[in-house]
Amino acid sequence: MSGKNKIGVVIGAVLILLWCLLPVAWIIALSFKSQEAITNGSPGFLPSDGGGAGFQNYADVLADEQFRRAIFNSIGISLIATLLSVVIATLAAYAIARLEFTGKRFVLTLALVIAMFPVVSLVGPLFDMWRTFNIYDTWPGLIIPYMSFTLPLAIWTLSAFFREIPWEMEQAAQVDGATSWQAFRKVIVPLAAPGVFTAAILTFFFAWNDFVFGISLTSTERARPIPAALSFFVGSDPFNRPASLLAAGAVVSTIPIIVIVLLFQRKIVAGLTSGAVKG
Amino acid sequence: MTTTYVAPDDKRDVKKAQKVAASDRSKAENSLGMKLVAPAIFLMLLVTAFPMLRALYLSLFNYSLTVPEEREFVGLSNYLTALSDPLFWRDTGNTVLIMVITVAVELVIGFIFAMVMHRVIFARGVIRTSILIPYGIITVVSGFAWQFAFSNSNGFVNGWLPFIGNDFNWFGEYGSSMIAIMVSEIWKTTPFMSLLLLAGLAQVSEDMLEAAKVDGATWWQRLWKVILPNMRSAIMVAVLFRALDAYRIFDNIFVMTAGAQGTESVSFLTYRQVIEQFQLGIGSALSVLLFLSVLLIAFLIVKIFRVDLAAARQEG
Repeated sequence: MSGKNKIGVVIGAVLILLWCLLPVAWIIALSFKSQEAITNGSPGFLPSDGGGAGFQNYADVLADEQFRRAIFNSIGISLIATLLSVVIATLAAYAIARLEFTGKRFVLTLALVIAMFPVVSLVGPLFDMWRTFNIYDTWPGLIIPYMSFTLPLAIWTLSAFFREIPWEMEQAAQVDGATSWQAFRKVIVPLAAPGVFTAAILTFFFAWNDFVFGISLTSTERARPIPAALSFFVGSDPFNRPASLLAAGAVVSTIPIIVIVLLFQRKIVAGLTSGAVKG
Repeated sequence: MTTTYVAPDDKRDVKKAQKVAASDRSKAENSLGMKLVAPAIFLMLLVTAFPMLRALYLSLFNYSLTVPEEREFVGLSNYLTALSDPLFWRDTGNTVLIMVITVAVELVIGFIFAMVMHRVIFARGVIRTSILIPYGIITVVSGFAWQFAFSNSNGFVNGWLPFIGNDFNWFGEYGSSMIAIMVSEIWKTTPFMSLLLLAGLAQVSEDMLEAAKVDGATWWQRLWKVILPNMRSAIMVAVLFRALDAYRIFDNIFVMTAGAQGTESVSFLTYRQVIEQFQLGIGSALSVLLFLSVLLIAFLIVKIFRVDLAAARQEG
């Protein structure tokens, strides 16, 4: 590589880091500004531009009953949806990658169509249906749509992973007398675990991120997840939102994402690209 | 494991034997396969196909949840109302504008990012970790971050941009509000685009690039004649996914402008009709129209790229 190219790559790398981290740094800086300074207006980037408030905003936001409840809802709903979705997607992806059966193409096409579905077009009928089934404004009312919308990604990612698993292993188990089901449980599951884990992370991201269902299918703090709670958190003056408080809430809601990204960066990248390109 | 290893030749024989002897087995495989995918199919249809059919049905009624007993059949008149309403076309225009500009910008920036990530030898982990943060962050949070950044009372953007007055109100007019919305959308979704393009870039063979270099192709020629044509399927996947995703834009607009200054998107209009005004009839008609536009866009993108592919083949 020529010297000129090397400099270009270094500049590019710095630009990528700035692009990704500057807005995150901004929201963190904002969360340390004092609420009074925000009300009066305090243009500038650093916390000191807005009368640094230490951890006051975090204390306030975590003392807020509704926000605490929203965190609880989000964690509970996202984890349950992730668990169920990954189990169901694993079964389906195994069938797609390993078995010959009618309707295989149908499942893959259906998954693709649903991955592209305009979610807002569903909230009207779902709003109506969920009230009839009495699951409007409850955890299951959100878990079900989250499962349906994360299944496509999970199925595509997992079937791509499953295809990489060596066939011979399963055949060997079957030659040894295992049934299809035993071969699946004893041989494929341990080999597939990393893929399943990746699908789980991507599913969790989706559920954690969702906003449309979160505001449409809930009406109280009973099931309202964090993104919806943040958007309704307007404070007393709707034209002058408590920016620094909101920023503190936003940072709190981002912490799980950052932790997951830091721990599992490789798995996420592999999952995102394998499902989309090889699938 | 060594005792059960089957050599490739034997395996073919075994397979042949299985085919003859084991039609029961393939039947069992078929039924197991269908059983394994059944829960997934059921769930996906429960939340999409079923509500969509219901929307199709409800769209033929004048139906408001505030007065449910006054529901009456009105045929296609909800569609006529929607399609003859300038508001619908304005919002469709906004949505298409956002889709085209954000996807185009993301494609360029995403490609540059992908090239850098492909070539970079140091700090790979750090870069990939940071690029996942915008991807993972909640869209609502991204909307807030940029709304406050552009705010003229609390933000930093006005102070940092030399050609813009410090008291310029980004959310005071249409054009600048749209720019702010698009910036937040582009910021959040470019990483996803760049990761998809990076996977495509990894599939371009280094030998071919080397050969082109030896033949005296310039960097620009290698980009257009070797790299991009070989990445076509990755680009198509990325554009398709992102375009359809951008067409559903909702979260950022809800948080940043709530549709003020005429920045509403089709999703936002549908949401307002259904959830805020309880107009399930017209809202359902809008839902169906939104779904049809997404289908149309998917069809167009697939079509355009196929045409491109054919053209490229003729060239070669």
